[in-house]
Amino acid sequence: MRFVFKTSYTQDLGLFRDDVQRNGYVALAAGLVVLPWLIPNYLVDVSLVLIYAIGGLSLMVLAGYTGLVSLGHAAFLGIGAYAHVYFAQSLGLPWLVALALAVVLTAAAGVLVGLPALRMTGVYLTIATLAFALIIQEVFTRWERVTGGLKGRAVDKPVIFGVALAHDAAFYFLCLAVLIGGLWLTSNVLRSPTGRAWIAIRDSEIAAQSLGVNLALYKTMAFAYSAALMGVAGALFAHKVGFLAPDIFSVLLSIQLLLMVVVGGLGSLHGAVFGAVFVALLPVAISQARDALPAWIGGAAGVLGPRAGTAVFLGVDRFVKQPGLEPGIFGLILVLFILFEPLGVYGRWLKLRLFFSTFPLYKRATFRRQKSYMRSERLR
Amino acid sequence: MTFFKADGLSINFGGIRALDAVSFDVEAGQIFTIIGPNGAGKTTIFNLVSRIYDPLQGRLIFRDEDITAVAPHEIARRGIARTFQNLELFEHATVLHNLLLGRHAHKRSRFVEELLFLPLEHREAVETVIDFLDLQPYRDSLIANLPYGVRKVVEMGRALCTQPKLLLLDEPSSGLSVEETDDMAFWIQDIRTLLGITVLMVEHDMRLVTAVSDRVLALNYGRPLALGTPREVQEHPEVVKAYLGG
Repeated sequence: MRFVFKTSYTQDLGLFRDDVQRNGYVALAAGLVVLPWLIPNYLVDVSLVLIYAIGGLSLMVLAGYTGLVSLGHAAFLGIGAYAHVYFAQSLGLPWLVALALAVVLTAAAGVLVGLPALRMTGVYLTIATLAFALIIQEVFTRWERVTGGLKGRAVDKPVIFGVALAHDAAFYFLCLAVLIGGLWLTSNVLRSPTGRAWIAIRDSEIAAQSLGVNLALYKTMAFAYSAALMGVAGALFAHKVGFLAPDIFSVLLSIQLLLMVVVGGLGSLHGAVFGAVFVALLPVAISQARDALPAWIGGAAGVLGPRAGTAVFLGVDRFVKQPGLEPGIFGLILVLFILFEPLGVYGRWLKLRLFFSTFPLYKRATFRRQKSYMRSERLR
Repeated sequence: MTFFKADGLSINFGGIRALDAVSFDVEAGQIFTIIGPNGAGKTTIFNLVSRIYDPLQGRLIFRDEDITAVAPHEIARRGIARTFQNLELFEHATVLHNLLLGRHAHKRSRFVEELLFLPLEHREAVETVIDFLDLQPYRDSLIANLPYGVRKVVEMGRALCTQPKLLLLDEPSSGLSVEETDDMAFWIQDIRTLLGITVLMVEHDMRLVTAVSDRVLALNYGRPLALGTPREVQEHPEVVKAYLGG
């Protein structure tokens, strides 16, 4: 076990807990920089993970830190994507200007959703954001002059300062830079008064208010900041998919985004990244399983006789080819995580780390949830 | 100058009159305690002062200013801080962060400065409170991992971090052991004498009340029964009747 021995008040202010932690992140960053040479064929998938991570960061600020659960974040992703493409391609603005305008527009949309949110809490807010997402999806379909409607709209490769990022690796580095920037800015806000005010609102609105936190202002700020980050993710997402159509920004995408923060671990920036890895790679795993699973299980059942094997193969094949299997699995995973690991992958990671750092002395009870009878411990 | 004055406060919950024309004033530097049986309206007074409820009638005056219509989040900036009966700490944050939130009313940084983390903070005031209340060992612990007694002190510390002129303590001794209650009594006296903060307190433990209070107000069913020194109020026939029946 390692303890951080603090000898100066300024140690509280550092971005990293100590040198060991900082060096760990530097090593991770170095690994990500050489990644294009290690797995050149999978860069597109990794870029999607990075974009999802930016989106996860956005929803983590809102759901994980401010306690406002949104089921409408696909709409912000869409607004960011369409606005960026409109500004860059229809109006011909420089890439960075288009991005900045798209982010401002998305943040404004966030404020718009945030305003009624001040009067709503919990599940009502979630329903309101869901309704917002449905409306926005309808707008994407109908506003053909800007969005191309159902015909969709092709997206060019990004051109920044006259340099076309045509290569996958270049786009990967763009996503990586944006993600690291987003993580840095967000962790700065979270260790500043504004971030603490968000956490205060999550844990106890009444106490936050009595300490001088203007609930309306800070909830709106959380919505705006979250939407702005989602706008950035949306702009990158547009380039990643290369073609925008309204049905991309469906409720399912919103659920995936929420799944990301819950599975990753609410209330930690690590969780956003872990969740992004999970959600971006899960559909890949599902489609792999779809192809392989009937043959495996059928083969295993073939031990009982060839006819049983064929019957099982056809049955499993029919089951895995059912439409709606993917959202079903997403939903199941969400439920299982909420039941068995509310702190998500990040919580599991903390437990693993403690297990190894205290190895023969680890006690299971360390993380057992205590029954507590204080107000804020009640199910929220 | 009027330091703090409640003038004819009334409030209804549904058909029940929770407070009926309650008036009292607190002088600067006093420790003023409100006692009364359960449901007498003690915490309701606190919620009126911290502007969570709007009074039906009556006025609240603080340092010559009418605060009856001030927004709830503005109260801290005016110099009134409070604790809660059943603790309202930020459970998934550390003690240090809870205390730093106490500095929120003094926040000067803008959002852009925070994005870049240009440190413009008031950590010194927090360190003073940590030393004052002996919270150094718990500094980086999560609230969720702390025993009740320590949480109680942290909540008081958080209120002190706002550098209030008037501190509202809602049952500071509830859930504490006898020793912890004695510590609490010393702290309350120190808060008054060393920090010069006026204390308005709701309390059931009469030992603590007599030990620290300058003046006591007894309430029953939202009506004031008696107002005076702890001894006068304890011996007041109406108060005896309210507590013992008969």
